[in-house]
Amino acid sequence: MAHDASTHEHQSATKRIWVVFAILSIITIVEVILGIIKPASLVETTLISMSLLNWIFIILTIVKAYYITWAFMHMEHETKGLRRSVVWTVIFLIAYLVFILLTEGDYIYEVYKNGHVAWDF
Amino acid sequence: MEATVVRTGTEGKTWGGGSKSPLKASYGKMMMWYFITSDALTFSAFLAAYGFSRFKFIDSWPIADEVFNHFPFMHGVDAPMYYVALMTFILIFSSVTMVLAVDAGHQLKKGKVTLYMFLTIIGGAIFVGSQAWEWKNFIKGEYGAVETAGGNIIQFVDREGERVALADVAKVLPEERVEHERKNGLWYVTDENTLTTYSIDEVREGFAESDYLVRTQKLDEKGAKTILSREESLSVINNDAVGVVEGANLTHNEYGPPLFADFFFFITGFHGFHVFTGVIINIIIFFNVIIGTYERRKSYEMVEKVGLYWHFVDLVWVFVFTFFYLV
Repeated sequence: MAHDASTHEHQSATKRIWVVFAILSIITIVEVILGIIKPASLVETTLISMSLLNWIFIILTIVKAYYITWAFMHMEHETKGLRRSVVWTVIFLIAYLVFILLTEGDYIYEVYKNGHVAWDF
Repeated sequence: MEATVVRTGTEGKTWGGGSKSPLKASYGKMMMWYFITSDALTFSAFLAAYGFSRFKFIDSWPIADEVFNHFPFMHGVDAPMYYVALMTFILIFSSVTMVLAVDAGHQLKKGKVTLYMFLTIIGGAIFVGSQAWEWKNFIKGEYGAVETAGGNIIQFVDREGERVALADVAKVLPEERVEHERKNGLWYVTDENTLTTYSIDEVREGFAESDYLVRTQKLDEKGAKTILSREESLSVINNDAVGVVEGANLTHNEYGPPLFADFFFFITGFHGFHVFTGVIINIIIFFNVIIGTYERRKSYEMVEKVGLYWHFVDLVWVFVFTFFYLV
């Protein structure tokens, strides 16, 4: 009985790997197709100072990252403590850093554009 | 007598101080997770810095589809994205074989672990090779461009807006150009590069006789590069242009701001270095599997640990792919 249970578990683990591979492949194909045709409606719609297309790319990337971490790196089987200490730390620090740097980059762009100092000779 | 026994503090899979491991993870696995955390922060710092520079030059950043449009054996064909999509698939697939190896390890199937580890190593090697090819194309450049005194890059297009190579623009003049070297006295010249195929005068001369236009880096509302009128083009070429740029290096870059090339080299280089070390570590573990180290240990946890690192490399690539090629 115990043996049956473990082979069944094994089959579901392998199946999960292939399902995740299929999901990752489909997302990548969608990204590539969108990247090649660049639908005008998505490029021209802006949401929070970035085009809708770019938001779609970033969200799809985070979905891919979720599947790689949870399924391939077995984060789903780790304890809640380990999971939170890794994921929350990374997400908080990255969100903070990205917010600060992008805001500053945008500010410098404005200075270059509207400031009174010539920088292009 | 027990007090005299020397203990290292990390016997077997448990930590010193008891049989309960923190967070129910073995020492090695947990530390691999925290290493990955810190490495993830390093990579995100690089990518955030890239985002900073990009927002700084938001209206003149190169268009990735125009820069990375090569595919092996399809010379001169405009194939944006395909090659990098292929690379992404290779890396994702090597991640799949890695997780299959870990899975086989859980069941102590030595043969399967060996096979899947081998496939993972092959996938990683192909990926590193592909990246080298990508670098080669990027460094070599395709059309060539002209740099202005203000450090802007201007490129040539015909009346239909198609890119024109320097070779078609420039007119070969009977002039002699000598590369400045320290040994012929110009020891104080520091930024003298190797001679480009055409001199700026040859480009100027050829451009004046042609019917081509100049394209600046400025992006219009639709995200396309601005093309100047013939009069404006002539004025830019005759008054502002100072040098010819072919390909890309750390200081000059025919695709746009040199920062773009710097970040490309640095981030994909750092990632490629991770893939390379990942392959080396995988090879070591692969041989350990073959000689039966983990078979005797009755645990393939080492495969799981290198697997974590390998998946992390894949994870980083997912982000590099998005921010360099898609967004």
